[in-house]
Amino acid sequence: MLAETMSSTNSSTDSSRAASPEDSIAVDIIGMDKWFGEFHVLREINLRVMRGERIVVAGPSGSGKSTMIRCINRLEEHQKGKIIVDGIELTDDVKRVHEVRREVGMVFQHFNLFPHLTILENCALALIWVRKMPRKQAEEIAMHFLERVKIPDQAYKYPGQLSGGQQQRVAIARSLCMNPRVMLFDEPTSALDPEMIKEVLDTMVGLAEDGMTMICVTHEMGFARQVANRIVFMDQGQIVEQNEPGAFFLNPQTERAKLFLSQILH
Amino acid sequence: MDSLQERTDQVFVRTNMLTPSAPPKRTSGAIGWVRANFFSSWGSALATIIVLYISYRIAVPAINFIFVNGVWSGSSRDVCTNTAQGGVQPPEWFGGCWIYVHSYFAQFIYGFYPAPERWRADLVFALFFGGLIPLLVPRVPFKAFNIIFMIVVFPVATFILLTGGHVHFLGFLLPNWLISPSPLKFAIDYAILTAIALAAGYAIARGTQSDPRPTLHGITGAMGLFAIVLILMAMNFGLQPVETSRWGGLLLTLVLAVTGMAVALPLGIILALGRRSKMPVVRLLSTIFIEFWRGVPLVSVLFMASVMLPLLLPEGVSFDNLLRALVGVAMFSAAYMAEVVRGGLQAIPKGQYEGAKALGLTYWQMMGMIVLPQALKIVIPGIVNIFISLFKDTTLVLTIGLFDFLGQIQASFADPNWASSVQVVTAYSFAAGMYFIFCFSMGQYSKFMERRLDTGH
Repeated sequence: MLAETMSSTNSSTDSSRAASPEDSIAVDIIGMDKWFGEFHVLREINLRVMRGERIVVAGPSGSGKSTMIRCINRLEEHQKGKIIVDGIELTDDVKRVHEVRREVGMVFQHFNLFPHLTILENCALALIWVRKMPRKQAEEIAMHFLERVKIPDQAYKYPGQLSGGQQQRVAIARSLCMNPRVMLFDEPTSALDPEMIKEVLDTMVGLAEDGMTMICVTHEMGFARQVANRIVFMDQGQIVEQNEPGAFFLNPQTERAKLFLSQILH
Repeated sequence: MDSLQERTDQVFVRTNMLTPSAPPKRTSGAIGWVRANFFSSWGSALATIIVLYISYRIAVPAINFIFVNGVWSGSSRDVCTNTAQGGVQPPEWFGGCWIYVHSYFAQFIYGFYPAPERWRADLVFALFFGGLIPLLVPRVPFKAFNIIFMIVVFPVATFILLTGGHVHFLGFLLPNWLISPSPLKFAIDYAILTAIALAAGYAIARGTQSDPRPTLHGITGAMGLFAIVLILMAMNFGLQPVETSRWGGLLLTLVLAVTGMAVALPLGIILALGRRSKMPVVRLLSTIFIEFWRGVPLVSVLFMASVMLPLLLPEGVSFDNLLRALVGVAMFSAAYMAEVVRGGLQAIPKGQYEGAKALGLTYWQMMGMIVLPQALKIVIPGIVNIFISLFKDTTLVLTIGLFDFLGQIQASFADPNWASSVQVVTAYSFAAGMYFIFCFSMGQYSKFMERRLDTGH
């Protein structure tokens, strides 16, 4: 496959790659299965995300949504099938895994900020140690993204001193500092109280409008309607239905999707 | 159902917000503190009175013993014994024979270190406290130089000063029939050891799937630096050699304790990481090490090192007795330290590991910058516990013929010149006081560090 020959000649810079149709595929999951021991948690997942697309993954709890996106940056390992991110196939080869993690940003439900570092240090850390930038330059970039998520005045505080919504916006800024090609969101607003959900969702809408490729596991259907190109509905480890938001919400095709929507949309 | 409006006692609208005011006098300030802590209830008040009474019963005789009846001058047992025993004190006298402690003081501190060479031990004490105290005070600058001084310069200087340096290195790896022992043989052996270390480092780097080059550079640098240290140790500075069997007293206690602590902490961290590693060989080796050294008492470790090791080594190869004790104490403490650190690593939420990985940090970057700083901060009480315990466990080296601080004190009981009924009480009180000063200081510093580290978050 063209993607594989290109990834074998590719090192850490992507300027050496020629533009090709495969370049517009951000994430390609082909026939992926995953087991936790005996439990078959993901079954035959096929998902292709093009660059600039915004995907919302929805479904009941336990359907494997989070597990699937965690496989994309190798926080979980898949046992069968292929996952190709940005032209790089995910295998046990740790060099490849690190390459993928550099290009994929992730925002977690519980923020996972580093409590012993200031906000600015949280954001600049990866730039200094992974991208090997000088400290001053890294801190400038970090301040730029903190301004973008509208909290530059908190740069010298510690995460424990911020509210949940502010912490999650810092987490988004921290991922953006690495200039990722794909952003993964694992239920980013599920741990926030309603007043703060809006500020985080507004930040994510801003990201979408700037053309970021986003894969988002969320229960916020209003956000999905506003921003998503595609809703991927999962149940019991399988993708049950995929459609545009308008079509999905108005006219769900499967029983499972209909049941799900009747519960969450009053 | 009448509406809420009709039940006018439940409808309420505040027109102005209240400003904060001071709490009542009886529940705040000094009086409030005493009431809350000592007299908060009848039971608490009763307990306070009982404790005050017990403290009085202990403190008064103690002050009598130490200060009121204490003997601070004299030259023999006469001043410390009563008339019935042949001395000058009244029959009811019971006080500390501090003049005896004073006359033996040099021996308690230096052991049998030759008197004209004691300035070398004094210099080592000065370097130790002079280098340590600036390191412990957070506001003092140049911490990097301070650390390099304490980790590199101080140990080498201490070794040369205390032993006299001028070590004759004769080789340790290749058999004697291949090359006869000489500095050249040592150089060849050292080169072979460096090659083995580089190979092992490469294997571990591939195993943790990191770039091998920094590891190889690090090992080369470390072996090169160590070679410089060995050359310094072999140089002749004109110091009279002093065998380790002559070291004793507080000098020996500090050498054992500080070496033990300095080795146990980094080795314990590495073992803890090894025990949690995904590589089966590393995990197995770490577990075996930890379980072995935790499974045997320190006394038996010292005893076996002292008595059995010479039987196992080939003819003519001898291991310095103090070195055996140092290795035993260090390995023993490292095993305990590993489990304490492992507890800290387990307490760090998985999200921290994941957040670091998602950013693309390598294993050692994640451990060094994210996980270990948080984990070590959590287990400061456990680490200081081990250090304090280690400091007091050094007294066990008496079983292998080394006379540490307590050992010297016990050895001085044999002197008939100071034999008296208060000799033992005096000596052990003095020992207890000294150990208490060191251990309590460590505990207080630990409290200070914990409070300081709590400010960030």
